[in-house]
Amino acid sequence: MKALVWHGTTDIRCDSVPDPQIEHPRDAIIKVTSCAICGSDLHLYDHFMPGMKSGDIMGHESMGEVVEVGPEAKGKLKVGDRVVIPFTIICGECDQCKRGNFSVCERTNRNGHIAAKAFGHTTAGLFGYTHLTGGYPGGQAEYLRVPFADATHIKVPSTLSDEQLLFLSDIFPTGWQAAVQCDIEPTDTVAIWGAGPVGQMAIRSAILLGAKQVIAIDRVPERLDMARAGGAITINFDEESVIERLNELTNGKGPEKCIDSVGMEAHAAGTVDAMYDRVKQATMMETDRPHVLREMAYVCRPAGTLSVPGVYGGLLDKIPFGAIMNKGLTIRTGQTHVNRWTDDLLRRIEEGQIDPSFVITHTVGLDEGPDMYKIFRDKQDGCIKVVLKP
Amino acid sequence: MRYETERTRRRGHADTATDTLARGLGIFSIALGIAEVVAPRALARALGMKGQEGLIAGYGVREIATGIGILASKDPTPWIWGRVAGDGLDLATLATALEGRNPKKGNVGIAMAAVAGVTALDVYCAQTLSRESPHPLPPMQDYSDRTGYPRGIEQSHGAAKDFEVPRDFRTPEAMRPYTQPQAPQRPTPSM
Ligand SMILES: NC(=O)c1ccc[n+]([C@@H]2O[C@H](COP(=O)([O-])OP(=O)(O)OC[C@H]3O[C@@H](n4cnc5c(N)ncnc54)[C@H](O)[C@@H]3O)[C@@H](O)[C@H]2O)c1
Ligand SMILES: [Zn+2]
Ligand SMILES: [Zn+2]
Repeated sequence: MKALVWHGTTDIRCDSVPDPQIEHPRDAIIKVTSCAICGSDLHLYDHFMPGMKSGDIMGHESMGEVVEVGPEAKGKLKVGDRVVIPFTIICGECDQCKRGNFSVCERTNRNGHIAAKAFGHTTAGLFGYTHLTGGYPGGQAEYLRVPFADATHIKVPSTLSDEQLLFLSDIFPTGWQAAVQCDIEPTDTVAIWGAGPVGQMAIRSAILLGAKQVIAIDRVPERLDMARAGGAITINFDEESVIERLNELTNGKGPEKCIDSVGMEAHAAGTVDAMYDRVKQATMMETDRPHVLREMAYVCRPAGTLSVPGVYGGLLDKIPFGAIMNKGLTIRTGQTHVNRWTDDLLRRIEEGQIDPSFVITHTVGLDEGPDMYKIFRDKQDGCIKVVLKP
Repeated sequence: MRYETERTRRRGHADTATDTLARGLGIFSIALGIAEVVAPRALARALGMKGQEGLIAGYGVREIATGIGILASKDPTPWIWGRVAGDGLDLATLATALEGRNPKKGNVGIAMAAVAGVTALDVYCAQTLSRESPHPLPPMQDYSDRTGYPRGIEQSHGAAKDFEVPRDFRTPEAMRPYTQPQAPQRPTPSM
């Protein structure tokens, strides 16, 4: 089959690879009908996340049709079922899964011992996302093996299109969880850094959950345009002072709730801390560039909440913990517990509260995938979200 | 860096490796300029150019101005060409120090080789930037109708208020009075 394969920094190719096979009785194989490129994939493309090996298949946002089911998954799935596959692989039975903390499932990361070394304890297995999280082949491919398939799937109706459903795999629940982590009150201002796909979903989620005011921060004109369409006030951080504007928009008090949907590759136009991060990152003394986290901790209203869906990989420097501690901020973060939210979100799509397909700007075949990685990363051609059709 | 903003759009090209190079040259300009302004005597001594301290400091001011121009302008192209001209001036000035019995000729040679290297980078950068200029970007995509709310934004604001935030995702009760101006309205959640 054809698949997008990681070969090294900024080197992703559309290769021919062996078809996946059932390896375990709980597995299923799906024929992928649509898959997407995620901002998280860019951290691998740019090789900021450690733990990739040449030959790894990319992708963790996929959906399709079940074509083969292992004997132990048969009760829950059958050939022909239409499913969206969450990016977190879940067993459905461990202590964490039972609590709905699916992204920290205790059983599905087959390299759990490596994750435990890095993070103290294991986290869930993820599709196409480094050997730290299991080294499972990803879904930017014609076929995908789904481990623990009896639990790791979202059944979807045939009445909706792939485009409306695909993002249940990741970015829609991720934006949603980011907003839910804010426990939004009708009086809240929610400030959202990053108007990429995750930020766009967080904006819509905060509006649906009834925030008084939603503010989006980015510098890419098209993304700010789309953020305004979703009901956000926008700040271009290349042209305005983020801190000043946020204080202005909140009577000097700062936003109650702040969401970081940027993550470890934050840019900052010529600020001192940004240059410091670049030097430290280049000399391997720091793994991430936490400019956004610093800004949020500083501007957030006392007793407010920092919600961090943006991905970080390792050690962060110069985090103003004094501000966090003295203002009594709450920090909530994590990979998304996708299946915890998807039944509810699917209902909201069906009811017409939201149609997540608004975010798609490019749809291409798998063979154009490698080019689209570059276009998406470089934010060229108005690119916000890429869907691939294998 | 890689994005399209006013700055790069103006020149009709998304940010490229050349822009990064240009910024690097801008920072280099400022650093060199500061050295020339702060330590003209030491430089003059090292190059056997005693008596020319004023000239060196003057060149330093020029470097700093060019560097700021590169970093602050919407389009660095003319400023990089300015650097090329400055490089020529530097080389000509250094060449005068090669004449006669200057005991520091060796240092001057090294300095000229270094300037020649940077000049090559400057010329490359200036030429590439000039070449990129004429192709305008395609017009900006218009996403102003991409609301994502099939029933319109008015209908959707607060449409998910029926959603009950799970207990483990709620703001700690003790924080509520501070984030809610009208004091806690919700009943104490059962813990
Ligand atoms: N928690 C999860 O489960 C989860 C799931 C999906 C994605 N993510 C993460 O969410 C983040 C965003 O994903 P995406 O797909 O939207 O990626 P993206 O790269 O398309 O978007 C990031 C956006 O942030 C903007 N940005 C950069 N620096 C900024 C700054 N200083 N201030 C404000 N905005 C800035 C960029 O211009 C860009 O538009 C990534 O880190 C990704 O890994 C997390
Ligand atoms: Zn993702
Ligand atoms: Zn589990």
